[in-house]
Amino acid sequence: MAQETRMLFRRIDEPGLASIETYRRLGGYRMLERALKELEPEELLSTLEDSGLRGRGGAGFSMGKKASFLPRGDMDKFLCCNADESEPGAFKDRELMQKNPHQLIEGVVIAAIAAGAGWAFIFIRGEYAEMADILDRAVEEAYEAGYLGENILDTGCRVELVVHRGAGAYICGEETALLDSLEGKRGNPRLKPPFPAIQGLYGGPTLINNVETLSNVPHIVANGADWFKSFGTEQSPGTKVVSVSGRVQRPGNYEIELGIPARDLIYGLAGGPPEGREVKAWFPGGSSAPILTAAELDLPYSFEALADAGSMLGSGSIIVADDTVSIPHLALRTARFYHHESCGKCTPCREGTNWTVKMLERVISGEATPMDLDVISSVQDNIIGNCLCVLGDSMAMPIGSMVAKFRGEFEAAIEAGRAAAPRPLDESPTDARPVPLEATA
Amino acid sequence: MSEGWVPEIRATDEMSAEERRRLVASMRPEDAEPVPELHEVDVPDELRERIESAMAKYPQIRSASLPALWAVQRHYGWCTPEGIRQAAAVMGVTPGYLESVATFYDLFRTSPVGRHSILVCHNLSCWLRGAEDVVDAFCEAAGVDADEVDHIGGSSEDGEVYLKGFECMGACDIAPMASIDERYYGPLTPADARDAIEQLRSGAEPLPDKALGKRGAAGGPEPEPDPRVKAGES
Repeated sequence: MAQETRMLFRRIDEPGLASIETYRRLGGYRMLERALKELEPEELLSTLEDSGLRGRGGAGFSMGKKASFLPRGDMDKFLCCNADESEPGAFKDRELMQKNPHQLIEGVVIAAIAAGAGWAFIFIRGEYAEMADILDRAVEEAYEAGYLGENILDTGCRVELVVHRGAGAYICGEETALLDSLEGKRGNPRLKPPFPAIQGLYGGPTLINNVETLSNVPHIVANGADWFKSFGTEQSPGTKVVSVSGRVQRPGNYEIELGIPARDLIYGLAGGPPEGREVKAWFPGGSSAPILTAAELDLPYSFEALADAGSMLGSGSIIVADDTVSIPHLALRTARFYHHESCGKCTPCREGTNWTVKMLERVISGEATPMDLDVISSVQDNIIGNCLCVLGDSMAMPIGSMVAKFRGEFEAAIEAGRAAAPRPLDESPTDARPVPLEATA
Repeated sequence: MSEGWVPEIRATDEMSAEERRRLVASMRPEDAEPVPELHEVDVPDELRERIESAMAKYPQIRSASLPALWAVQRHYGWCTPEGIRQAAAVMGVTPGYLESVATFYDLFRTSPVGRHSILVCHNLSCWLRGAEDVVDAFCEAAGVDADEVDHIGGSSEDGEVYLKGFECMGACDIAPMASIDERYYGPLTPADARDAIEQLRSGAEPLPDKALGKRGAAGGPEPEPDPRVKAGES
């Protein structure tokens, strides 16, 4: 039987955990004290690097390595916590901030000390107003208790922390777009290199990490790199909060040891699809991840196993579609999102997302031919790697994989659409809806 | 709402080519409004205080653009041209700059909208669990055109409700969900949608049982702690 391994989520539902008293009662902020008084920043950095902690926001890059890229020496450096969680299907950071904001703040301050950053920002998406209010209160408490400010715990160390609210733009989760937005501009991605570690916010070296990544930091400092590596697999150490949603019986966040079979997560913890139904397809890492089929349910849920299977762990968000769901409609719904969110700066993404939506609409309305499926695939190939950021790729990867893995279903959809009564040219094709959940039993 | 001047807001793609050409030809750099002088602009004290305290929080004041626009939207209900001008005067930037920022982000409204804002998710996880029926029920109850809701959002005739179909808001555990006046509610049924509209219109708290805060535990019940996690507790 599948079981959760709770580290970040330990006592997540303890009443009052969002307040500093309860957090401290459970041992909170002791690691910050230790990091400040007993350890040198270099020791902190090497502990983080040795732990093998990989970024939990999507790219899975080593957190310690990223931090070590920042130049040493006396200069204005910055830390940004990426709390713009906007990937469809991801809601882990929301729960971490909503229920345990001080764990994040402690992680932010320790990481800022390790990186030598005097300013830290939590960029939280504007939709999370409720969580931003909770964070605001928690930051205020941390200032009052002397964990933030000009002279943290009388050590002379300075870290200022600002909670910055976004205003509704998926692209701002991309790290350089996030920086532009934080500088008060439209959130357009920047050309890389220079990478933010060298030239980021206000032109200064900047470390950008996801909420879950930073929430891991106090635990690693508390128990050491070797302890952390005793969880998970060699290349994916630690635990992961996985958001499971879509057509499962118990959608929610589950914290697991990396490397357990995906089936245990989807069927064991989340209860599997409704009674009598089967998994048809699943996104292992948010809607940007190439789709996987029922045959791939026994894959270990780890960065390396999912990459080997041609997909990715991404932000760790599983969306399940059962056998009642039409893949062409799922593809259209996915593509529409990226079309809406493309910032328009790079042509392959702006035009590619637009035309993919139009072609998928044609597939469903019966105006396409099987050859159009090749065109759809070639559009995806022309987007990947050709833009400043990966927003376009995030559409191209799942759509490309859906056409490749469910081509027969797309062809059948074209045939079915053609057989149906012709519709007037000025009308949009009808959008088939998933079967109501209660009707599937 | 502001008494100020409101320009005719029209999308350029609704204009004829000739109209567009004329519009472009009429735009000369020297006509762009400069940074407004603070003493010439009448800024409400509360708004000014909010913007100034935001400016003080950042190492560079331009970073306060988003908080300033949030403050304008809170004050006037939407980012009015006059409100943007006031914020620009306080921040020392051009109104055009702030407007370019406001139009980029989905949550900033650059035209008047209904008093209560309802954003209904229609992205994958919610769609898979019946979001479209919920969107329809909201549209019908509020009397707003579904097509409008799907695109830029629409407001009810009585001005009480602004309704917009929205992309994933990060609450797929309570799918299908909606954000009502910046608070999350779910899982919703079409009947909940009708109730919510009625409650908002009568001034009552919407869907008290469906608020995100009411959802108890994360994932499953708290398991026995892993011995390794326990050993690591300080």
